[in-house]
Amino acid sequence: MAVTLTPAGSTARRPRPARDRHHRGVSRWVVLALVTLGALVMLVPFAFMLLNAFKSPGDYSTGGPLSWPSEFYTKGLRTYWSEVDFPLKLWNSTLIAGSVAVLGVVVSLLNAYALGIGRVRGRLWIVGLFLLANMLPQEALIYPLYDAAKQVGLYNTRLAVIIIFTVIQSAFGTYLLASVLSTFPRSLLEAAALDGASRWTVLWRVVFPNLRPTLAVLLIFFFIWTWNEFLIPLVMLIDNSTQTIPVALASLQGDRLMDAPTTNAGSLISLVPAILFFLIFQRTLARGITAGAEK
Amino acid sequence: MALPETVAGPRRPATPPETAVTRRPRRRGGRAGYWLYLLPGAVLFVLVIGAPLMGTVYFSLTKWSGVGDPTFIGLDNYRHLLEDEVFWTSFRNTLAMIVAMVVVPTLVGLVLAAVLFDVVGRRFRPRTAAALRAAFYLPQVLPVVVAGIVWGWILRPDGAFNGLLDAVGLGALRHDWLGDPKTALPSVMAVMIWVQIGYPVVVFMAALQRVDPELYEAAEVDGAGWFHRFRAITLAQIRPETFVVALTCTIAALKVFGPVFALTRGGPENATNVPSYFAYYTFFKKLQVGYGSAISTVLTLIIIVVAVVFIWMQNRSERQDRGV
Repeated sequence: MAVTLTPAGSTARRPRPARDRHHRGVSRWVVLALVTLGALVMLVPFAFMLLNAFKSPGDYSTGGPLSWPSEFYTKGLRTYWSEVDFPLKLWNSTLIAGSVAVLGVVVSLLNAYALGIGRVRGRLWIVGLFLLANMLPQEALIYPLYDAAKQVGLYNTRLAVIIIFTVIQSAFGTYLLASVLSTFPRSLLEAAALDGASRWTVLWRVVFPNLRPTLAVLLIFFFIWTWNEFLIPLVMLIDNSTQTIPVALASLQGDRLMDAPTTNAGSLISLVPAILFFLIFQRTLARGITAGAEK
Repeated sequence: MALPETVAGPRRPATPPETAVTRRPRRRGGRAGYWLYLLPGAVLFVLVIGAPLMGTVYFSLTKWSGVGDPTFIGLDNYRHLLEDEVFWTSFRNTLAMIVAMVVVPTLVGLVLAAVLFDVVGRRFRPRTAAALRAAFYLPQVLPVVVAGIVWGWILRPDGAFNGLLDAVGLGALRHDWLGDPKTALPSVMAVMIWVQIGYPVVVFMAALQRVDPELYEAAEVDGAGWFHRFRAITLAQIRPETFVVALTCTIAALKVFGPVFALTRGGPENATNVPSYFAYYTFFKKLQVGYGSAISTVLTLIIIVVAVVFIWMQNRSERQDRGV
């Protein structure tokens, strides 16, 4: 990937007189200021949220949303934390997203092995089917899934959500990995076959190690996508003991009008894990998105 | 997210690998053995996607409250749909979502990515460009419902946006942004632009790294200005990524649910209703499973048509490129 090319390019070009003129120009500072302003505007909602998450309701009604909190008020955070039993919600979200990430990658790999390496008959149609499945609106699946889950006793279980998202995510994973594996070096496979390796061995000893970076990106994507999902968890998980973080916040918001500081405190707590993932995986994510779009 | 062409592209000349297969010693099981690897995925796929999709199409031909047995009524639900004001409103609002989630983010994203890559990345430090990119991308990784709830509060009558208007002396513009049918849709659109803008920026910035810098240098030597180079080189070079972004964002706009749920629940007076929320509401609040299924089926068909048209256009433009 060409990610590292930029710094080298810019230093190499610096001596040129034409570049130098631009380098000293005022316009680049104007551009930088404008873009920075845009980036700050993007962050303003977070500033609003932080400012009001630590405010008491009384403080909010007298001082309004933009005032500096008169005291460092953490009761809103603590109330939300205990009222929705946040540690349990965190566990539910982690369990669901983590299981889906792992299972989704495994299913994608198995599918893609048959399609990309095995080149089974009709593979183009099969891959097309997976691609299409990835685009379907979840509303087109939700009622039969809801109905079936009720009948087999999986309604309001995390397992139901795990199974559903494993399949939905692996539809994308299969599509992506099948196209990656279709360019897998044949010589490696043939060498392994000459050594008498079975298909199963080839998959785990030859294909898997070579694919590990792509699989890691896929794992992170599946985790974050599942973590952020809403409709299916909203429909399937109705209980305090099974709900995920976004569903818990949304149903509290729906139950009664939350006061502004509690809304902000709840949102802040709910956003922290996602922001942490973002900071940890920023590089991988940026690279992964391009892996998806690259030819 | 990925180019549809990648699957078909590199594999189309299927003959050379075929001959390689015949030469390989491991011929016994042939290719049939690979089907086993597809089995778990195929079973899951049928159970979770294939059968439910068929189920929805079948329910769309029935009248059913979710309890007891569905009554077959043929195409009545679809006839009803064509006369339903809310249905048409929801699809009109989808067009607004396409503007907010596809048109604006793609256009602004192109300029932002070019500026970040070309001006900030080259004439300042690349790290500055990366930090700014992260700020634009952040909303993309958050649970969109949580972001929607924060925005819902910001746009409330006593929320931060009105507070901001007061603070800058524009208090006369105070408004119930999401509560007024006239301003609700533009407000939701603004939030969606905020949510969506980072995706094209990141994809386009990555795409620009692929472009040969010598093209720009040659153009600069010829005296082409920044905008000219942007149009002639940048846009032409990253057209594949533009297609992908436009396709994935259009599909996302057609499916949008979470933000509408969090911000307005489709209201006021359906001013912000969208097909997926309309379907959800019909399924689970009005308990009209047949009618909800008809809405979902129509939405599914539209998405399939849009995807097929996009992929066809992309293939055609690639063929033209090769022809030239």
